Amino acid sequence: MPQYPNRQFLDFEQPIKELYEQIDQTKKLAAKNPKINYEQTLQQLEHSILEKRHEITGQLTPWQRVQLSRHPDRPYTLKYVEKMSTSFIELHGDRNVRDDKAMVGGFAELDGQTVMFIGQQKGANTKLRQLRNFGMANPEGYRKALRLMKLAEKFNKPIITLIDTPGAFPGAEAEERGQGEAIARNIYEMIRLKVPVICVIIGEGASGGALGIGVGDRVLMMENTWYTVISPENCSSILWRSWEKKEVAAEQLKLTSKDMQGFGLVDEIVPEPEGGAHWNYDEAAQLLKEAIIRNLNEVKDIPAETRIEQRIEKFGKMGFWEE
Amino acid sequence: MEQNDENYLGITGNTPSSGQPQAEGGEQRRWFRRFRKGITTSTAEKKETPEGLWNKCPECNYITTTTELEENLYVCPRCNYHHRIGSDEYFAILFDNNTYTELFGNIKSKDFLGFTDLKPYRQRLDEIYAKSDLKDSMRVAVGNVNGKEIVIACMDFEFIGGSLGSVMGEKFSRAVDYCIEHRLPFLVISKSGGARMMESAFSLMQLAKTSGKLSQLSDAKLPFISLLTDPTFGGITASFGMLGDLNIAEPGALIGFAGPRVIKETIKKDLPEGFQRSEFLLEHGFLDFIVDRKQLKDKISLLIELFEK
Repeated sequence: MPQYPNRQFLDFEQPIKELYEQIDQTKKLAAKNPKINYEQTLQQLEHSILEKRHEITGQLTPWQRVQLSRHPDRPYTLKYVEKMSTSFIELHGDRNVRDDKAMVGGFAELDGQTVMFIGQQKGANTKLRQLRNFGMANPEGYRKALRLMKLAEKFNKPIITLIDTPGAFPGAEAEERGQGEAIARNIYEMIRLKVPVICVIIGEGASGGALGIGVGDRVLMMENTWYTVISPENCSSILWRSWEKKEVAAEQLKLTSKDMQGFGLVDEIVPEPEGGAHWNYDEAAQLLKEAIIRNLNEVKDIPAETRIEQRIEKFGKMGFWEE
Repeated sequence: MEQNDENYLGITGNTPSSGQPQAEGGEQRRWFRRFRKGITTSTAEKKETPEGLWNKCPECNYITTTTELEENLYVCPRCNYHHRIGSDEYFAILFDNNTYTELFGNIKSKDFLGFTDLKPYRQRLDEIYAKSDLKDSMRVAVGNVNGKEIVIACMDFEFIGGSLGSVMGEKFSRAVDYCIEHRLPFLVISKSGGARMMESAFSLMQLAKTSGKLSQLSDAKLPFISLLTDPTFGGITASFGMLGDLNIAEPGALIGFAGPRVIKETIKKDLPEGFQRSEFLLEHGFLDFIVDRKQLKDKISLLIELFEK
């Protein structure tokens, strides 16, 4: 986790940056004047940072929430896996085309039991971002995910998916290899998996790219994430015919975790550390782990057939109409 | 031709606004000169061509009468271009004597989120209800195709781009239930831009909802045929559109996950000719076959027969 001064600050996080700068100056003063005790000032400043973090996340607009979900310091899938579990063994490839680096997965031990982790992976710097294709999987990524899910099903291991994608990759080769079919197949197969499936939006939950690993017995959202049918930018470009309306689109789409829970489209909001998951990876992972284990325990003893029926029913109820 | 006359009088956009004819060779070669400027015919005398009498093929510009085109199942007699048609036309083409019972026709969209883009969603819906009989972007009907009973769900592109929203999801689900209850095969004719953004995450969840129902249809061992027509994109290909026991398409239909414009922006290259057309999908292994609209009815009834025997 990057520490100040290597932290990056979004526009609305600037007041926190200023507090860090004040701490810096105070420390310099303390070094110059060893006789004066600056402990209390420093403590106060540290406390102000915590308060500011709390204050800022309390009043975010939907668009700012989207920005927070994309915070460059935010932890990604493999970081959570590392922090939540032990004995992680990453498994690669779809056995057909190639290994998609935007989609990762493997067995790990979580709370004393073997589980299959699957998720999109983003990169922490420019080079890694390219390697991970910004978390946008190709069809082989979805097929790799399905292969791992089937593997977990065969050996009766629960599946945990961590979702963080700006969308499935819209490239020409992705079309040639059937991006639509790959996602459709995953959705179809996931709804009939015999093992428990817990899905968590840990960052961006954009459209079919997210749902392609997002059909489960429980769907959770971390506090500062979004989940909907299209990214606010693309929605603005299509419906408003301009790239400038992303803030309005974010509001209209009602894409925050609170909205989604209110609609009954997700089951639970996983709290994050004050100010967002990027402030404390350990705490964020601990909160996530607690929620995953609790939900897993709630569904794991249900007979497989009943669980599948309930899953179909759960998604079958979603929608609104008049008649 | 009406259009040439217009051109000659300088009315259309691509001729200079002076109203001068654009004959080759300039001034000297002109045969007629227009003395009075502007359009002099009074509005009352203006002769309107009744709309919908003639039809021009967007592919080869061949002009047919609408009756002729209808008799030809809305396929261009010259270049075989398949015109975009709606559920009314497909039902007429497929069901024997155009006889069928519409199912779940009373389900209508509702603006649950209060969504407003350039227009409120509510207003968009009301505007369509005012000018069309359609209740939403999918109609479901049961009837006979060459004597074989089948449930057909067909999209109407005219209704917000055939977009997949809660209503389509619900009608699809009930259609599957109907198929299971009456042991009938299911044909879905897709023509859609994808999920309906005005229903936000609710529209996304229809992908999972419909897939779940398909899994029940599959367990009941009833055939599901997915016919993809021009255009089919996004949420449809990412769900039931690509999940047919058989995936088939009309010739030349644009079918894909991401739209061509988005792909072009992503890869910053021009797309090859025929990209995302039915023939391209067949070549890459995502379709069982391409079917001409004129053979569609016989192919469908033959398939049902093969599944039955």
